[in-house]
Amino acid sequence: MEANYSKFNRVCQIIEENGFDKSKLIPILQAVQNEYRYLPEEILAFIASSLNISPARVYGVATFFAHFTLKPKGKYIIKVCDGTACHVKKSRGLIDAVKNKLGLKDGEHTTKDMLFTLETVSCLGACGLAPVLLMNEEVHGQVTPDKVVKLIDAVIKQEEAR
Amino acid sequence: MEKQLIINNSRVYFSGEKNILEVIRKHNIELPTFCYHSELSAYGSCRLCMVEVDGRGILPACSTPPENGMRIKTNNEEIREMRKIIVELLLANHDKDCTTCRKSETCQLQSLSRKLGVDTIRFKNVAKKEEKDLSTHALVRDPGKCVLCGDCVRFCEEIQSIGAIDFANRGPNSQVCPSFAKELDDSECVYCGQCARVCPTGAITPKSEVSYVWKALSDPKKKVVVAIAPAVRAAIGESFGIVGENGTESAGKIATALRSMGFDKVFDISFAADMTIVEEANEFVERLGNDKHMPQFTSCCPAWVKFVEQYYPDMIKNLSSCRSPQGMFGSIAKKIMPQALETPKEDLVVVAIMPCTAKKFEARRPELSKDGIQDIDYVLTTQEFARMIEESGLRFADLNPSAFDMPMGFKTGGGVIFGNSGGVTEAVLRNVIQAKDGIDETEEFSFVRGEDGVREAKVNVGGKELKIAIVYGLKNARKIVRDIKADKSRYDFVEVMACPGGCIGGAGQPVYKDISIRKARTKVLYENDKTLELHKPQDNPYVQKMYEQFLGKPGSREAHELLHSKHSNKKRLQEGPLTIYTPKNEKKLNINVCFGTSCMLKGSQKLLKQILDFVETKDFKDNVGIDASFCFEKCSKGPVVRIGEQTLEKCSIEAAELAIMEEIKKIQK
Repeated sequence: MEANYSKFNRVCQIIEENGFDKSKLIPILQAVQNEYRYLPEEILAFIASSLNISPARVYGVATFFAHFTLKPKGKYIIKVCDGTACHVKKSRGLIDAVKNKLGLKDGEHTTKDMLFTLETVSCLGACGLAPVLLMNEEVHGQVTPDKVVKLIDAVIKQEEAR
Repeated sequence: MEKQLIINNSRVYFSGEKNILEVIRKHNIELPTFCYHSELSAYGSCRLCMVEVDGRGILPACSTPPENGMRIKTNNEEIREMRKIIVELLLANHDKDCTTCRKSETCQLQSLSRKLGVDTIRFKNVAKKEEKDLSTHALVRDPGKCVLCGDCVRFCEEIQSIGAIDFANRGPNSQVCPSFAKELDDSECVYCGQCARVCPTGAITPKSEVSYVWKALSDPKKKVVVAIAPAVRAAIGESFGIVGENGTESAGKIATALRSMGFDKVFDISFAADMTIVEEANEFVERLGNDKHMPQFTSCCPAWVKFVEQYYPDMIKNLSSCRSPQGMFGSIAKKIMPQALETPKEDLVVVAIMPCTAKKFEARRPELSKDGIQDIDYVLTTQEFARMIEESGLRFADLNPSAFDMPMGFKTGGGVIFGNSGGVTEAVLRNVIQAKDGIDETEEFSFVRGEDGVREAKVNVGGKELKIAIVYGLKNARKIVRDIKADKSRYDFVEVMACPGGCIGGAGQPVYKDISIRKARTKVLYENDKTLELHKPQDNPYVQKMYEQFLGKPGSREAHELLHSKHSNKKRLQEGPLTIYTPKNEKKLNINVCFGTSCMLKGSQKLLKQILDFVETKDFKDNVGIDASFCFEKCSKGPVVRIGEQTLEKCSIEAAELAIMEEIKKIQK
């Protein structure tokens, strides 16, 4: 119940730490996204009004960079590499396996329980381990569809235990 | 020594030009551009103004400053091919419904592709069908026509300081849109429409009401009356190839055209402008006397009024309570015309022809309706009116002038110059200050005229020196308002028009690219003033008659009912509120803390924490919800907190605790 307040309080702090400086918009958005895991519309409007810039400008910056997201993401973000090396090593099969396992339809990236988000990236720079995926910050190399399913099961189990 | 450079083998001198584009154009060579406007910052996105500079290769002329001794070629095989490719690429990603496009006749994409000899598009068509944004009454956004030049974005930000639209997304998904890709109606847009004026294509255009007006005209039951704004006469001719036509002549031709279309009465908004001056000057003298709500802001520009309502709610009281001339015309027409035309009020249709897109928004303000009937039913822009003339098959240039109908067709010069920046001020001065004998009334206060966006003037009234500011462009206005709020400057009267040059530069006027055309319009109105018999609004005999018949005297109760209106806070941001605290059980009490910029600076953050702590210690915490909102628009009275049904201004934690306990008691009962 205090969670909302502490997050919001943190946003106010972030803006203050950056001295209400509109040229620091990008660092502010980065820090805010770290708090919320995405950029909520109301928070963007709040940032715009605090920095005295138009919400349209903030929206423009937030939608320009791939790093920022305006949609809530899952607690676990699975980034499957689809760069040349991984692609050759059948990363497409991995992506399908994840989609099947999580029941994601075309155009969907996040599970309804907000536990997982699936993203594809162009290269993780670990081509020797292709195909590669990232589960949050953790790198997994030479992944097979079976391994991916096990990995996801393990996370689900761990979460259920909580 | 004068600096020189060589353009296409001929020697050219330059001095203060910002970039070589200006030097080249001054030398009568037309360089194609989409994204260059001399009034905006150089953006360099369209790459059409590429020129070859000896030793430096091909450069964009708009963002290259001139240097002594430069050798420039504006046109060679390579440059021609580049420009062609650029236009072809744009066309490959463009909704090419040119025959039905509003902008067709003034579309720069069309004219450039013709001028550059583009006769085939070598690239695959990738244009997607995109939804139009029809949310506002003033403007239509058609993203499929956008070439991403950013002219609209820069005008909105740099000249109007609003930023209602901006670039979003990236690469092939780039687009210009309001924040969060919402509709324009949900944004801070004040509907000045200058984005539509600078748009080189049909991506933003004024919304047309022509079909409704035709329908009313062809309905035998309806009586349709119409009035034209001062600025319309200064520009309508441009649509038919005549620039700077004499105002009396062109107004006369307009009257003829309107009658032949079937309008029952043809009036002049300048009459209502005379009335506005009489009321507004009276209000000014009153305020000056009791030193209340000074400086007085003019209220005839609807974009400016919305600007104050949404950004400076604490200055709303400074706005003159007078309706705009359009508003006054509407209420008077709806009052006297049913009887004059022997028709029930429901069958009377009032149309205004305006230079302005924001007037379409103004006409729909609830304050300008009575018993659910709008005072002004339809607003046509000058552009739409020109289209109606064409649709009627009239040859505007060859029409014989005729007179307006009485009583609302008679005007003084004061009501005509209303369309120029400085015109309202000048007309007010003509009313407030007794003219000296033998002085030309049209010249006595001409010192308030000018082409600059911010002008100041001092005049002496009864031994008191009045300070006046005359502003166009809302960014200029914002600066003036900020200075007033910060006590940096003091004025008695502030005239603001949102569009460059005033109403004559409105977005509903025929599209102009050259500033000389705007200047010609300004001149038309000042010259028109000279040719009229009367120059002081209060001398208008028909205005005097209106007061005798049913208004009493300026500022009377009757005048207030018909000629004044209220302005109120407009919420700028639609987002929020943000849930800070969700109760476990049923929410019985809602607490809402304002987190707008002003309240935040006044300590709403600390207050929120204290309220949270207080609620936490009470045993009813499971029935209380706490939200943060982005602005209650009571900025001068922050921090503002809403507790149940109470709104606490300048709220302290003690006051908040007291109110919470009171509300809880009510609930527990």
